[in-house]
Amino acid sequence: MPEITLIEGLRQAMDEEMARDDRVFITGEDVGPRGGVFRATVGLFDKYGADRVIDSPLAELSIVAIGIGAAMAGMHPICEIQFADYIFPAFNQIVNEAALIHYRTGGDWHCPMVIRAPYGGGIGGGLYHSQSVEAFFAHAPGLKVVIPSTAYDAKGLLKAAIRDPNPVMFFEPKKGYRLIRGEVPDGEDVLVPIGPANVTRQGTDVTVYAYGMMHHYALQAAQTVAAQDGIECEVVDIRTLVPLDKETVIASFKKTGKALIVYEDNRFLGYGAEIAAILSDEAFEYMDGPIRRLAGLDVPGVPFAHTMQDLFMPSPEKIASAIRDLAAY
Amino acid sequence: MATPKKDTLLDWYRQMVLIRRFEERCAELYQQGLIGGFLHLYIGQEATGVGAVAALRENDHVITAYRDHGIALARGLDPKAVMAEMLGKRTGVSGGKGGSMHLADRERHFWGGYGIVGGHLPLAAGIALAAQYEEKDEVVLALMGDGATNIGYFHESLNLSAVWKLPVVWLIENNQYGMGTSVERASGAKELVRRALAYSSEDGSGMKMGPRIDGMDVLAVHDAVSEAIEHARKHGPILIESLTYRLEGHSMGDPQRYRTKEEVESFVESGPIGRFRQVLIDKYKGVESTLDKIDEEALQAVEDAVEFAQNSEDPTYEDLISHVYVD
Repeated sequence: MPEITLIEGLRQAMDEEMARDDRVFITGEDVGPRGGVFRATVGLFDKYGADRVIDSPLAELSIVAIGIGAAMAGMHPICEIQFADYIFPAFNQIVNEAALIHYRTGGDWHCPMVIRAPYGGGIGGGLYHSQSVEAFFAHAPGLKVVIPSTAYDAKGLLKAAIRDPNPVMFFEPKKGYRLIRGEVPDGEDVLVPIGPANVTRQGTDVTVYAYGMMHHYALQAAQTVAAQDGIECEVVDIRTLVPLDKETVIASFKKTGKALIVYEDNRFLGYGAEIAAILSDEAFEYMDGPIRRLAGLDVPGVPFAHTMQDLFMPSPEKIASAIRDLAAY
Repeated sequence: MATPKKDTLLDWYRQMVLIRRFEERCAELYQQGLIGGFLHLYIGQEATGVGAVAALRENDHVITAYRDHGIALARGLDPKAVMAEMLGKRTGVSGGKGGSMHLADRERHFWGGYGIVGGHLPLAAGIALAAQYEEKDEVVLALMGDGATNIGYFHESLNLSAVWKLPVVWLIENNQYGMGTSVERASGAKELVRRALAYSSEDGSGMKMGPRIDGMDVLAVHDAVSEAIEHARKHGPILIESLTYRLEGHSMGDPQRYRTKEEVESFVESGPIGRFRQVLIDKYKGVESTLDKIDEEALQAVEDAVEFAQNSEDPTYEDLISHVYVD
């Protein structure tokens, strides 16, 4: 089975879905001949032409809104936002139009589209090229929110997102674009359904919940504490943030009684806060320690200097340390 | 452009009167507390909506802002379903979820009223992109108020439509005020249609600057929009401006301190319905009795709509939680 990078998984997903359905098209800044700033769409312009891989003006709200209008009219757009940090001009269009149109028209219309955006820190991108924005969108019912952490899921979830009849926010851990590699079968219709979380490591002592790059780190940390401390972590890759697979999340907590939720967005009101609230509400009697969060610090941005960036972000070492604390509680 | 036939003109008159009576009744219902929330009347602007929508083919598309009752009725939505929506009933066009500002009807290619000023403009471009991609011979008529021309959506949408040669007619309904702020207090260009020049080239490519039209004259509006639609169908986007006037406040309860009674009165006299009625009387001898009958029928249609709406069921909890996602 060939080993590919996470970003190659994304590229394959788009390629295959465009071949399958000519209503699928891509638009965004420099997605065409250049192949996208991270080269996620490389080769697709040559294969599918300018009508289906459309370079947009530098105008995020238009990229998204064009997609919404076209999706309402029956197309299946994939809108690429170059960095998640740039998505805010389109915020109104996403939460007020894409999320709402099916609801406000009593089901007359719907909006089958994917909005892709690379997110997250750790690449020295600084304030406007490092942000995690998932919580803003997870807060808006009507949107689905997906974050893959493996090459296989990147491909399978993106294909599922393109086929989904709802607007799907698809955030990609850009630090993992080429760092994360994995086996993905060739010539098979790799589909990962939107919805189920994935228990990626079995354990009995502590459950670590994470998604995206933090899931990748969580697995590393789990191996470290197993080898060094004999602590057996269960690791749950959330991967679909909305709708959340509460069943899997709660089942793991019932097994371990201890939860560490890791996300690189700012801690306060971040996505992990909702998981903590659900666990305390719906699995209170299984609690065997404080529900802990390890997250980005509550500062306005991810600073440029690598020293500060490293202080800001959760890392495998910090996760391992938090696991040890919780296991000892 | 050939003058439309008598039956067509009478139908436009019928639509304009229906819209007027419908909204007058809405104002009463609002004051009685039967319509809640916000209510933005189209009174005074009927000629623009009716003339413009009449220029569309059935498979063309229309999308507008929140002052949408007139456009909805002109596009043929059932007054009963529209009134039921105004009252928040299950039988409303959107099952009571949309309300006054968010009427929509997929079958009639009426993509809705939109509550965020200008937010619908890039959607119009997207709808046009889909039509262009699928090689459908369809045009999108995107109406907006003068206020919408000052927000970024407008500029991005015009530019995009020019770059991609999208079949869109951008129609500014310039009713002189964005809520309480007059056009010259908000726009660098007093003639809003000149904004098109920013997205057009010397060689004539890009956005076409269309005419500024007398928006109180349904015939003039129909002529200009018909030409604009033909342009959009063949060559791409065009911006036109209809000069009209909102005879009522921005919404119910607007004290209107930003304009004088005299100013409003001056437009009442030249109001679109009385003016068109006179045109018809001058043109067709003895038409008065027909017009009177149309007036009566409009009143009756509105009363029927109110009765239907009032006798309709309220939405339920199941309605509240439905249509969040497509299964």
